Amino acid sequence: MFETLSERLGSAFAALRGKRELSEQNIEEGLQAVRAALLEADVHFQVARDLVERVRTSVVGQQALKGVDPSQQFVHAVHRALVEFMGPEDARLVFAKTPPTVILLAGLQGSGKTTTCAKLAKLLRDKHQKRPLLVAADIKRPAAVEQLRVLGTRLGIPVFHRPGLAPAEVCAQGVREAAALGRDLVLLDTAGRLHIDEELMQEVAEIAARTSPHDTLLVCDAMTGQDAVRSAQAFHAHLKLSGLILTKLDGDARGGAAVSLKAVTGAPILFIGTGEKLEDLAPFHPERMAGRILGLGDVVGLVEQAQEQISETEAQAAYEKMVLGSFTLEDMLAQIRMFRRLGPMKKVLGMLPGMGGLVDQIDVDDKKMNRLEALFTSMTPFERLHPDCLEMGRRRRVARGAGQDVAAINELLKSYKGMKQMMKEMNKLGLGARFGLKEKREALKGLSPDGDLAAPGGGFGLESLLGGGSASPPEGGLAGLGGRGGMGGLGGMLGGGRPSRPMGSSATRQSGSKRKKDKRKKKRR
Amino acid sequence: MGLIERIKTRLVRTRTALSDGITGLFRGGRAMDDALLGELEALLYSADLGPLALELIEDLKRRHTRGEVRGEDDVRASLKSSLLERLHVPLGEYAPTTKPAVILVVGVNGSGKTTSIAKLAHRFATRGHTVLVGACDTYRAAAVDQLAIWAERSAVQIVRKEEGADPAAVAFEALEAADVLAYELVILDTAGRLHVHKQLMDELKKIQRVCAKRMEGAPHEVWLVLDATNGQNAVQQARMFTEAVKVSGLIVAKLDGTARAGAIFRIQRELAIPVRYVGTGEGKEDFELFEPAAFVDAILAG
Repeated sequence: MFETLSERLGSAFAALRGKRELSEQNIEEGLQAVRAALLEADVHFQVARDLVERVRTSVVGQQALKGVDPSQQFVHAVHRALVEFMGPEDARLVFAKTPPTVILLAGLQGSGKTTTCAKLAKLLRDKHQKRPLLVAADIKRPAAVEQLRVLGTRLGIPVFHRPGLAPAEVCAQGVREAAALGRDLVLLDTAGRLHIDEELMQEVAEIAARTSPHDTLLVCDAMTGQDAVRSAQAFHAHLKLSGLILTKLDGDARGGAAVSLKAVTGAPILFIGTGEKLEDLAPFHPERMAGRILGLGDVVGLVEQAQEQISETEAQAAYEKMVLGSFTLEDMLAQIRMFRRLGPMKKVLGMLPGMGGLVDQIDVDDKKMNRLEALFTSMTPFERLHPDCLEMGRRRRVARGAGQDVAAINELLKSYKGMKQMMKEMNKLGLGARFGLKEKREALKGLSPDGDLAAPGGGFGLESLLGGGSASPPEGGLAGLGGRGGMGGLGGMLGGGRPSRPMGSSATRQSGSKRKKDKRKKKRR
Repeated sequence: MGLIERIKTRLVRTRTALSDGITGLFRGGRAMDDALLGELEALLYSADLGPLALELIEDLKRRHTRGEVRGEDDVRASLKSSLLERLHVPLGEYAPTTKPAVILVVGVNGSGKTTSIAKLAHRFATRGHTVLVGACDTYRAAAVDQLAIWAERSAVQIVRKEEGADPAAVAFEALEAADVLAYELVILDTAGRLHVHKQLMDELKKIQRVCAKRMEGAPHEVWLVLDATNGQNAVQQARMFTEAVKVSGLIVAKLDGTARAGAIFRIQRELAIPVRYVGTGEGKEDFELFEPAAFVDAILAG
C-alpha cells in the first residue's frame, strides 16, 4: 500500500514539535516528504517541484498556531496549494446559444472515451435537460461503433453513424442530423490516438475544424503516470482543449495526473469517472482531489452522496429517535438500509479520510452486511421494537433463523447498546441543535482552518460490527493529521468537525454511527 | 524488424523526456555536481521509475566520487547497466507444454487486453499453433464483437456467448471445445476490472477455478496486461491481480507512445513476475518479445 503523506510527514515532523514557527530549516524534511508523496501520486516532477516551492514560500515565517500541531498546519498549506493548482472549482461546460451544443471527446486509447461519452450524455440529459445525440466516429477500433450503439440503446439516446465515411465527415453529418432531429446536444466519440501520431492528430483536428465544438474535452485515465503531461500538451496544441475528464477514479490511483494536466493545459477538470455504471460520472472538486492525492479521503463527497440518497424526512425521523432516546433495533435496521443506499461499502469507506488505501485490505464485502441484515429480519417486529426482550431463548431462535450463531446476535446487541449509549451522551451534551446543509458542508470541507481533520472519536470503530480488528486503520494513519488518535466510527468521521460543533444532523451522523454498509446490488454483472 | 529498430524508428520523432533531458543537462559542458544530479533525479522520475530514481542517483553519486562516471556518456552507460541488472532474464517465446495450454488474460479497464489477445492469437497462429480464443468479457458493450472481429482477421476460432453471460461459463465452454477439437492453445479474454473491486476479483478467481475443474492445471498461464502510460499504480495493479489469480507473466501494452512503463522495475523487484511481450502499435503484428536491453534503450533512448 502506498504510504500516505500523513504517514511520511509523521516522522518528518517529529522535529517540528514545539517549534514556535515554521522556518526554512525546520520544514525542509517535510517538503521532501511532500515532494516524494506527490511523485508517488504520479504528479509530474516539474509540477511537483513548483508546488513544493509554493508551499515553501507560503509557510516559511508562519507562526505556529496555538493548539495546532505544526504538521497539521503544514499539511493544510500543501492541501491549499494543491487545490489552487487544480482549481477553480466552478468550471462548467459551455452550451451553445443556438443549439445544438457540440462536445468533442478525444484521448489516448483505453482512456475511457466511449464509456465517458455515454455517461456524459446521460448526465447532461438527466441533470441539464439536454436532448443528446451520440456520434460514433471511432472507426478504428473494432466494434467501437457497436459499443456506443449498445450504450445508446441502454440509455435510450440515439446514436448516429454512417459506415464508410471518414471520421470528420461522420461528425459533420452527425451535427447536421442533430439539428434536423431537434437534438440540442451532440457528443462526438472519436478514436483513441497516440499524441505522437501526427496523422491521427491531424484527423481529430479536422473533426474539430469541421464541427466547431463548443467544448473540446480530453479524456484521461487517472492512473496515468508522468506521460500525462506530454500527451495532454500534444492534444492541447492540436485541439485547444476546453476541459478535462479524469476516468477510473474508482480505483486506488492517487490521481496526481489531475494536477499535471491542469498545470500544462490550463483547462479545467470538469468531471471524474467513478465507476463502471453509466451514472458514475461526477463533477470534479479540487478539494476532494487534493485530499485524495494526499491520502486524506473525501468526506464532502460522502456527505453529498448521503444528501442525494437519503431524504430529509427520513433523516429527520431517524434523528429524532436518536435524540429522544427511543432508538430501537427497528431504527437501527432502517438506518443500516439507509446507509447501504449510499453505494457499495468499499466506495463509501474509500471516501473517508485515511481509509482510501485501506479499503482493499478491509474485508467489507456485501455478504457481511447481508448477514447482519439477516439477523434483524430473523427477529419479530416485537423483538426489534423491544430489544430488551431478547433473552437467550429468543436469541437462539433468531440466530438459527439467520443461519448464524448466538455470538453474532450478542455482537449486534452490544453495538446497539453502545450506539444507544452514545446517543444518550450526545443528547446530554446538548447536541440537539441542527445545522443546515451549508454549515454541514462547511464543517466537513476537508481541512478546517485549524487543520483539524480528525473525528472526535465516536467510539464505534468499524471493527465492532465487521468483526475483528482487520478494519482498524494503521497506527498514525490519521493521527499525524488530526492528532486526536485515529478515527472513530463512521459516525465520528461523518460528524466531521470539532467536538464543539458536531453536525447534529441526522442522516449522516447516525447512519454513520452504525456502520452499515453497502448496497443491495452486489453484482454488477 | 526487432523491437529495438521498431522503437528506435519511432523514436526519431518520439524521444523520451528523459533522454532529451539528459542531453540537455550536459549541454555547454556542465560539470557533474550535486545540482546536476538533482536535476537528473527529477528527470528519472519522468520515466515513471518512482522511488527507483533516488536509488539510481545515489548509485551515480557513488560512482562519480570514485571517478568512474564523468560525463554524459558515462551517465547513460551507468544508468543503462543499473536498469538492466534490475530486469529479470526474459523467458523468451511462450511454448505450450500441454495440449491445450490455457492462457488467462487479465487487467484493468482500457489497458489493452483485447488488442493484446488479438496480437497473441495472431502470433501463435502464424507460428503454426491452433488457437482458440474465449470471449469472457461479457460485460463491456460489444467487447465480444471486438474480439470476434480480431479473431476473424487472424483466422482463429472464437468461443462466445451472449452479452451478460457468466464469464466462467464461457471459459468452461472454450476449454471444452479446445479439448474436444484438439486445439493447442486457448486464450481467454476477460472484462477489464479495477483491482480494488473485490467481487470482480472474485469473479476472476471463479474463472480460474472453473478452468481447473474442467482441465487439470488450467489456466496454465495468467498474464496481466499493463498500460505503459500508467504510473505507479501499475505496481498496485500487479500486486492485487497477483494476489487474486497468481499472475505468471506480464504484457506491456502501448509502448509505442512516449511512456515507458518505468513501474515495471518496481514490479520485477517486488513480485518477480517476468515480462513476456510488449505491444508496440495498433496492427496485429505490432507485438514483440520483451527484451530487457531494448527496453532499457527505449527508456534512455540515446
